[in-house]
Amino acid sequence: MADMSTTLAGASLPNPVMTASGCAAGGKELQRFFPVSELGAFVTKTVMRDPRSGRPTPRMAETPSGMLNSIGLQGPGIDAFCEQDLAWLQAQGARVLVSVAGNTAEEFGEVVERLVASPAWECVVGVEANISCPNVANRGLVFACDPVSSERVVRIVRGRVPASVPVFAKLTPDVTDIVAIAAAALGAGASGLTMVNTLLGIVIDTDRLRPQLAGVTGGLSGPAVRPVAVRAIWQVTAAMRAGTLASAPVIGVGGVRTGRDALELVAAGASAVQVGTSTFNDPSAPRRVLTELEAEIDRHGFDRFADVVGIAHERMARP
Amino acid sequence: MSSGVVQVTGELIANRRVGAYHHLTVVAPGVAEPAAPGQFVALAVGGPTSANLLRRCFSLHRVKPSGTYGGTVDVVIAAHGPGTQWLTALRPHDAVDVVGPLGRAFPLPSEPVSCVLVGGGYGSAPLFWLAETLRERGCHVEMVLGAASEDRLFGVVEGRRAADAVHVTTDDGSAGRKGWVSDVLGEVVERTAAGVVYACGPMAMLRSVTEVAQAHGAVAQVAVEESMACGIGVCMTCVLPVTGADGLTRMVRSCVEGPVFRGDRVRWDAIGDGISRVPDDAVGAPRPGGH
Ligand SMILES: Cc1cc2nc3c(=O)[nH]c(=O)nc-3n(C[C@H](O)[C@H](O)[C@H](O)COP(=O)(O)OP(=O)(O)OC[C@H]3O[C@@H](n4cnc5c(N)ncnc54)[C@H](O)[C@@H]3O)c2cc1C
Ligand SMILES: Cc1cc2nc3c(=O)[nH]c(=O)nc-3n(C[C@H](O)[C@H](O)[C@H](O)COP(=O)(O)O)c2cc1C
Ligand code: FES
Repeated sequence: MADMSTTLAGASLPNPVMTASGCAAGGKELQRFFPVSELGAFVTKTVMRDPRSGRPTPRMAETPSGMLNSIGLQGPGIDAFCEQDLAWLQAQGARVLVSVAGNTAEEFGEVVERLVASPAWECVVGVEANISCPNVANRGLVFACDPVSSERVVRIVRGRVPASVPVFAKLTPDVTDIVAIAAAALGAGASGLTMVNTLLGIVIDTDRLRPQLAGVTGGLSGPAVRPVAVRAIWQVTAAMRAGTLASAPVIGVGGVRTGRDALELVAAGASAVQVGTSTFNDPSAPRRVLTELEAEIDRHGFDRFADVVGIAHERMARP
Repeated sequence: MSSGVVQVTGELIANRRVGAYHHLTVVAPGVAEPAAPGQFVALAVGGPTSANLLRRCFSLHRVKPSGTYGGTVDVVIAAHGPGTQWLTALRPHDAVDVVGPLGRAFPLPSEPVSCVLVGGGYGSAPLFWLAETLRERGCHVEMVLGAASEDRLFGVVEGRRAADAVHVTTDDGSAGRKGWVSDVLGEVVERTAAGVVYACGPMAMLRSVTEVAQAHGAVAQVAVEESMACGIGVCMTCVLPVTGADGLTRMVRSCVEGPVFRGDRVRWDAIGDGISRVPDDAVGAPRPGGH
C-alpha cells in the first residue's frame, strides 16, 4: 500500500481526499454513510458572518454530466457554525478546512477572527477563502475575477489566521488569465490555491421558456467541468514549475467521481483533491474515491502519493 | 432527521403499469425495516456512469420488511423526464441503487381521531400505508383522491380496502365528481369531524388543502415536493419557507426537515408559479445594501 499522506503548506494530512465546500453541509449528514474523520480533511460549506437565507428555488438544474446551482451561500452565520457544526466535527476527530466568505474584504476578516477565537479552532487544519462564489446577488462580489480585490481579501484573511495554519484561496476558472489571479493571491500571502469553483451558466426551461433557476444564473459543476479544472491546475502548476509563479500547493476540485478522475487532477499538479457534486449521486463518493485513488497509485507502482503530484508535466509527449 | 438510512444496490422484482403510472417493487435490504409512511427513497438513474448524476426522489408507497426476497420497497412513478423514463423502463432483475428511507414521516395522532387523507395524482401513493397505520390505531379514515383524469388517479380500489370511505374527483369529470379535491374536502372534514388532514400532491393542492382544513378546525400535514439534488441534506437545493415554533420563517431543507410539514407552517404566500421565494421577514433574507 502506498503512503497516501500529503502536506499542504505545513499541514500534514493522512490522505489527500476531501469533501468540496457546499457539497457536504456540516458533516452530520454524510457521517450516516462513512466516518468523516477518515477523509484527509472535511471542507465545510462556505460560512459568512450573518445568517443567510440564500436564493429562491428552483436552485438547481441538471445538465449533461453536471448541474447548475444557485444556493446563494445559505448558512447559519459564523457564530452558530462554530457552536454547532465545528464543535461537532471536532468531536468526531475530523480535520477541518473551513471555507469562509464576506460581502466585503473586511467582513472576511471578521469571520476569520470569530473562527480563530472559537473553542473548536483546534480541529481546523486550514482556511479556504471563497473569493469565487458566483451566487451572490451582486456579481461584483466575485473577488477572484479581479487581482486587486483578490489580493485585498487574501491579505486580510492571512493577517488574521495564525501563521501555522495555511490559507487557501479558492479560484474561479471564469477569468481570462487564472495565473494572474493565482499570482495576486499568492503575492498577498495565500499558502495555497483551491481550483476550481463552479463556472457561471444558465439553463432555460423549455416548457415555460424562462430560466429554470429562480436566480437566473448558477454555477456549473460535476464531471462536465473536469477538463476545465485539470486545465486550470495545469496552467498554474506549469507556471510554478517554470519559475514565473511562486511555488505553492494546489487543492484540485471539479468533476471528480472516481479515483481515476482524482488521479487526473493530481497528475496535473494537485496535492489534494475535493469531491463535490458526485456526492449527490453517491453519498459515499468522497470515501470511495480515496480507496480508488489508493488503488490507482498502487497500480502505477508508486510507493508514495506525493511522487505522483504534477507528474504529467514530466511526461509530455514531445515531437 | 431520519435514522438508519442506507445506500444499497437493490434488485427490481416487478414493474407493473397502473393507469398513467408504473408501480415498481425493489428488493432493498435495510430500507424497508426502519421506514414509515411519508418517507421517501432517492434512486440513482442511468447506471454507474450515467450522465444524469442527480438522484430522483419517490415516496414510499409500501414496504415489506421481510418477504421471500428480503425487505422490499414499492414506489409509484410517473414517467416524465429522462430519469423517470429510465426507471419505468427497467425490467425484473435489473439493479437499482437506492438511498433511504429519507425524510420525516407523517406524524401519527396519539388518540384515535378521525382523519382525512388527500392525494393528488401519484401523490396518493404513500397514503394507503398511512391509512392502514391510522386504522390500526383506531382512527376513522376517509380518503379524497383527485387527478386531472381517470388514468391519472392512483389507488381507488386500494383505497376502498385501506380506508373507511373513498371520494374521487377529476378535473375533467372522467371519474368521480368533476372538480378539485378541495371542492369536496370541506364536507368530508365536517361530517367526520376530522382532527387531521394528511395530504400529498402538487403544491397548489397542498395549499388549498391547508386552507380548507384550517377553515374546518383540522390540522393539515402535507408532504411537499421540491426539486432535490441530493435528498440527504447536503446540497441546500430543496428549501422552502417554513415558520418554526418560534414564529420565525426560515428556508428549510424539505429532504431532512420534511417532506412532511404542518400545512399552516408553510409560507404559501411565497410559493407559486414553480418558485419558492424568500419572504422578506425570513431569517437571513437579503436586505437592501446587504447581500
Ligand atoms: C419527496 C418527493 C417524493 C416524490 N414522490 C414521487 C412519487 O411517488 N412518484 C413520482 O412519480 N414522482 C415523485 N416525485 C417527483 C419526482 O422526484 C420527479 O418527478 C422526478 O425526479 C423527475 O425526474 P425526471 O428525470 O423525470 O425529470 P427531470 O426534469 O429531468 O429531472 C431533473 C432533476 O430535477 C428534479 N426534479 C424534476 N421534477 C421534480 C419534481 N417534480 N419534484 C422533485 N424533483 C424534481 C429531479 O429529481 C432531477 O434531479 C417526488 C418528489 C419528491 C421531492
Ligand atoms: C450545490 C453546491 C453548492 C456549493 N457551494 C459552495 C460553497 O458554499 N462554497 C464554495 O467554495 N464552493 C461551493 N460549491 C462549489 C464546489 O465546492 C466545487 O468547487 C465545484 O462544485 C466543483 O467541484 P465538483 O464538480 O466536484 O462539484 C458548491 C457546489 C455545489 C454543486
Ligand atoms: S436535496 Fe440536498 S439538501 Fe435537500
